[in-house]
Amino acid sequence: MRAKFLSRAVSVILGAVLLAAAGCSSGSSGGGTSDTQAQPTPQRPVKLTFWTWVPNIGPVVKQWNSQHPEIQVTVSEQASGDELVTKVLTANKAGNPPDLFQAEYQALPTFVTNDVVADLAGPAGGAKGQFTEGTWRLVTLGTPSVYAVPQDIGPMMLYYRSDLFSKLGLTVPKTWDEFAQLARTVRAKDPKRYLTTFSSGDPGWFAGLSQQAGAQWWQVEGDSWKVNVDDQATQKVADYWDGLVSAGVIDHRPMYTPQWNKAMNDGTLLAWPSAVWGPAVLGGIAPATKGKWAIAPLPQWSASEQKTGYWGGSSTAVAAKSANKDAATKFAVWLNTDPQAVQALIKVAGVYPAATNAQSGPALQQAPAFFPGQTDFYRQAAVIANTAVGFTFGPNVNVTYQAYRDAFGKAIQQKTSFSGAAKTMLDTTLNDMRKSGFSVSG
Amino acid sequence: MTRLRTRAVPYMMVLPAIVMFTLFLLLPIAYTVYLSVRRLRVSGLGFGGGARREVGVGFANYSASLSDPELWHGALRVLLYGSIVLPVMLGLALVFALLLDSSVIRLRRFSRIAIFLPYAVPGVIATLLWGFMYLPSVSPILNVMQRLHLPQPDFLTPVAIFPSLANIAVWGGVGFNMLVLYTALRAVPRELYDAARVDGCSELQLALRVKIPLLLPAIILVSVFSIIATLQVFSEPTTLRPLTNTILSTWSPLMKVYRDALIQNDIYSAAATSVIIAAAALLLSFGFLRVVQRRAFGEMS
Repeated sequence: MRAKFLSRAVSVILGAVLLAAAGCSSGSSGGGTSDTQAQPTPQRPVKLTFWTWVPNIGPVVKQWNSQHPEIQVTVSEQASGDELVTKVLTANKAGNPPDLFQAEYQALPTFVTNDVVADLAGPAGGAKGQFTEGTWRLVTLGTPSVYAVPQDIGPMMLYYRSDLFSKLGLTVPKTWDEFAQLARTVRAKDPKRYLTTFSSGDPGWFAGLSQQAGAQWWQVEGDSWKVNVDDQATQKVADYWDGLVSAGVIDHRPMYTPQWNKAMNDGTLLAWPSAVWGPAVLGGIAPATKGKWAIAPLPQWSASEQKTGYWGGSSTAVAAKSANKDAATKFAVWLNTDPQAVQALIKVAGVYPAATNAQSGPALQQAPAFFPGQTDFYRQAAVIANTAVGFTFGPNVNVTYQAYRDAFGKAIQQKTSFSGAAKTMLDTTLNDMRKSGFSVSG
Repeated sequence: MTRLRTRAVPYMMVLPAIVMFTLFLLLPIAYTVYLSVRRLRVSGLGFGGGARREVGVGFANYSASLSDPELWHGALRVLLYGSIVLPVMLGLALVFALLLDSSVIRLRRFSRIAIFLPYAVPGVIATLLWGFMYLPSVSPILNVMQRLHLPQPDFLTPVAIFPSLANIAVWGGVGFNMLVLYTALRAVPRELYDAARVDGCSELQLALRVKIPLLLPAIILVSVFSIIATLQVFSEPTTLRPLTNTILSTWSPLMKVYRDALIQNDIYSAAATSVIIAAAALLLSFGFLRVVQRRAFGEMS
């Protein structure tokens, strides 16, 4: 009697499991077939999943959902930054990636080489005119395909403490030579302060500075990659900061630590080469300095030019394995080019848009909350954004970035040369690419 | 019918645990071993479908891992770290357990809770806490030393990082080990102590001559656990890493596995390295047990 009950229980459980499995599979295929039906209106709304970490993006997506009842988008905040890259890659391997996801520009080639993203050249190619050439290259990687729609960009600029600059009688540097001189002056006037710090923990920051100097870390040459992580421009940047750090006129401790937060808050650090999203960070880490910062273009390598690089920025990509690529592309293009959508993104999420129209739009007419009184902040930012040049990212940016952290950390600790550290970055990158089988030239 | 039913019941009760064990421990381990003999091969630029294939490569991943100097440097670092952590942590745990068990102590309950409390703090939070203590401009310890005009040590130099990291592990681990040893001590019959006292033993001699030999199996137990845990040190160096230039991303072997798997997206060499680490941990803990077995369990078996 007992055995009979047990066997009945087992069969019921097994049956339930099978039904659930069958139900799951029929649900996903149902979503796919509704697209290919001949009827003009689909039976069920297309449901899309969107993995992103943009804060407060919910209201913007809600706007789309109310205007487009046939395409419903659900936001899921799975992870941010590098963690999201790993999650999307894993989900793609399992065969069920999200329809849409946020892809930072430096992570995009990794997605492309893993066949994760769909080519949007057909449906999204028309959006090209809305972005600068530098931005558009970040999502095409120099090929005719379009792998994502740019969302926000991070052109670099110099933040400085205007109150301390006038107190100590300092002038805003226009060239890197002036910047070096200024660093020495600051140390001479007040040995407790530094002009800024060189961080071994922020490879994106160093990449942006190298972009400004004209570096091209990866290039596509025919059918192989040309890797030049320690090219002339990068060595110039590395040697420049090496000189300053070894002379002791620039601090050498990493950013985004409690120590750095305190230094930014109490005036131990006077300036910060950063990107357009700086106000939000400053508001979080240095609340006592509200209204005391100002921006200026980054110092230039020669007085006659006006260039800058990118630090961060992300795009919206569509998964190649998505069953609703057209609907997803429509949403991605809308989110990043529709004037209403972009204004909403700026207002609630605080992103700086890649779409050039939006950069001079109404939402950017007032000063950011942390810079009251600087009403022309975004006008200056738009001018600076126009001068930004990026470079192509390679298929193993994570390896390079991790090598930066290790190599420059070691160089600072052991007081060895920074250009040697750049060479270590190059060697690590090349070894990893060759080990994986990428064809590398030069 | 009844015989079959009674015989089947124990198996049915163990079945859920076996299913979970197989699904979440055995199968992943088997998959890891499988992955460790494969490699991803890319062709050309890596763009376009079909550019990536998974191929079997025999023991290439293992030889690449074993010939990577970073793995050996990491192993040496962990050995140095372990040689600080293990004696200090277990020594302190033993001393505290003996003190709590002796008759000379007051505030027994409070001391027990106070010593155990750091163990309740999760590893990452403990490391962040100590990170604040180690950074010069936000550290209360260094602040007090500055006001008293004492020399302020730098806790995050390449040499000082070892005792600094060991301190975090000791602070967190003493409580648990002390509790295990204290519980073992409480199980000792009191008549032994009375007999020893009658023979003229002082409290110190009682501790050294009677309690510690009786505690030997428990000491070996916590030693084996601590060895295995120390060989896999990961969360302390990883959490402390962003605060300083001193710690590499491959500081400990397990950090190298994490970097390979999740940052460099190379789970194949990560699988090979983790099999190597597991084998090393197995070897060391079994070796240790084998060495002390006769001393600890010889009289009893």
